[in-house]
Amino acid sequence: MSHDTLARPTRTRQPGGGPVTEAPRRRRHWARRANPVAGLGAFVWLVIVLIPIYAMLSASLTGADKALTGNPLKPPADPTLDNYNTVLTSGFGHLLSNTAIVAVSVVGIVLALSIPLAYTAVRTRDRWSNAAFRLFLLGVAIPAQAVVVPLYLLIAKLDLYDTLLAVILPTAAFAMPVSVLVLVGTLRDVSEDLYEAMALDGASPLRMLFQLTIPLAKGGISTVVIFSALQAWNGFLFPLIFTQSDGPRVLTLGLFNYVSQFGVNIPALLASVVLSGIPIFAVYLVARRALVGGLMGVGGK
Amino acid sequence: MTVTVEKTPAPRTGQVHRAARRTSRTGRPHAAWALPGVLFFTFFAVVPMALALYLSFTSWDGLGDPRPVGLDNWKKLLDDPRMTQSLWLTVVLTVASWVFQTVVALLLGVWAAGRQRNRAILSAVFFVPFLLSSTAIAILFYALLDPNFGIIQKDTLGSQSGAFLAIVFVGGWQFIPFHTLIYQGGARQIPEVLYQAAAIDGAGRYRQFFSITLPQLRHTITTSTVLMVVGSLTYFETVLILTKGGPGTDTAILPYLMYEAGFKTYDFGYASAIASFLVIAATGLSLVLVRLTGFGAMRSTREGM
Repeated sequence: MSHDTLARPTRTRQPGGGPVTEAPRRRRHWARRANPVAGLGAFVWLVIVLIPIYAMLSASLTGADKALTGNPLKPPADPTLDNYNTVLTSGFGHLLSNTAIVAVSVVGIVLALSIPLAYTAVRTRDRWSNAAFRLFLLGVAIPAQAVVVPLYLLIAKLDLYDTLLAVILPTAAFAMPVSVLVLVGTLRDVSEDLYEAMALDGASPLRMLFQLTIPLAKGGISTVVIFSALQAWNGFLFPLIFTQSDGPRVLTLGLFNYVSQFGVNIPALLASVVLSGIPIFAVYLVARRALVGGLMGVGGK
Repeated sequence: MTVTVEKTPAPRTGQVHRAARRTSRTGRPHAAWALPGVLFFTFFAVVPMALALYLSFTSWDGLGDPRPVGLDNWKKLLDDPRMTQSLWLTVVLTVASWVFQTVVALLLGVWAAGRQRNRAILSAVFFVPFLLSSTAIAILFYALLDPNFGIIQKDTLGSQSGAFLAIVFVGGWQFIPFHTLIYQGGARQIPEVLYQAAAIDGAGRYRQFFSITLPQLRHTITTSTVLMVVGSLTYFETVLILTKGGPGTDTAILPYLMYEAGFKTYDFGYASAIASFLVIAATGLSLVLVRLTGFGAMRSTREGM
């Protein structure tokens, strides 16, 4: 499978992929030889990915009365949207809008705080900026679980318990370390010459940030947006512990509550899981390139 | 705030070098620009860490005021057989997840870095599990592993090995797509000439994989490993929803034990001791890993760019 790594995106594509002619052109061709073992492995993983997704979709379309009778791999005899109806009429929209508020606020806070921080860490290398950078470097390892008890105390003292802010603020804080690292990685690539050219024109640091750094760091910034949005979207522990009532309930916690609410109504439960995935899947379809590209960059450094 | 000009890596040409000297004192942001972010993070992450350590020396039921009890919680921690079991479980789970996810993600990532037909479509499908939240995925497998309803009509979650393997598998199902992407990005950066040279020397496909691809991916492997190890502490949702730590206490990893001590039995002092232990372990681990990745060596990385 090592041969496949040869095919770098920069190489010009050659038409066809059939059997290769002998000798002199051989060097250009062996790179594209099929690797049946790797191909088979990829296919096996495809099956592993698809079976649960298929079973979920199929079960969510099965009437509640027929759910317990058969194997979930059998396609539903007469598909129904009843389960989706059940979920949508039990406050799903409210959960969704709460989660959207959390995600947007978290992304906003993370960007507003991480960009100036990374900018300073890259441009101003005095010991204070360095210390700030190292704080976040270590922060990557702090598991949110480990501080949830004292945060609970802090949130209660701030009178934020059972509000959306109780979810937003800690989630944003814990999304910061990775964001700062990603941004520092990207901002380092902005050429020093460009800054100098702007400085000669008398540009202030603020103007450079907005007219040079941010436009050139779009890739890193979109990675950060995706990372922190996903974290906010998926967050479970903070909502579980810092909220209680229906008002500030977010999607993940709503799903968790459906487990007890719907009990044995597994089709309805799975319909709620499908519905919870649809918004982010829609974003994925639109922004696939930015999303995949941004995350792929993590491994390149 | 003075700027240490000398420490700034010198640009390539003499001309730029002179320009740098002239302008390096202007146009740089003040270090105070970093302050809002630092304060915010300190308040919501660093202070709680310190507070966790303080609370670990108290007895607190979550309502009244914490009452100092000295080392009681830590003594209890050392004597608690559940803690020993939980620590062992956490380590085994982390190692098992690492092996499973690294092997699959590495192979898939290297494969996906090529350009065989259908690769783009397959890669897009591979990515779908990562779009569901951990909660949604845990619920999905909770339903699919249900002994009456599920795919495998057996009580998988009722046995220790079954429950443990289910958690490893579900974690992999969720996170392998993400790590595959990381490896795909890493594999695309391996210079092609290495393979050409190896092929001329007569190295076969597998020889090339072990002699070129793996060594070239070592930094990617470390990055992915850091994320996996830190991430495996977040299997909390999966455990809470899928097994509730059971059967018995057979899948009660450390974060779950901490959650139970705190928010089920309201022994927040003891929960804080477990939490402090987690922080110490995680920080120690990350210091080692940061050193291995060279993440901290900002300047040296910059030179190569």
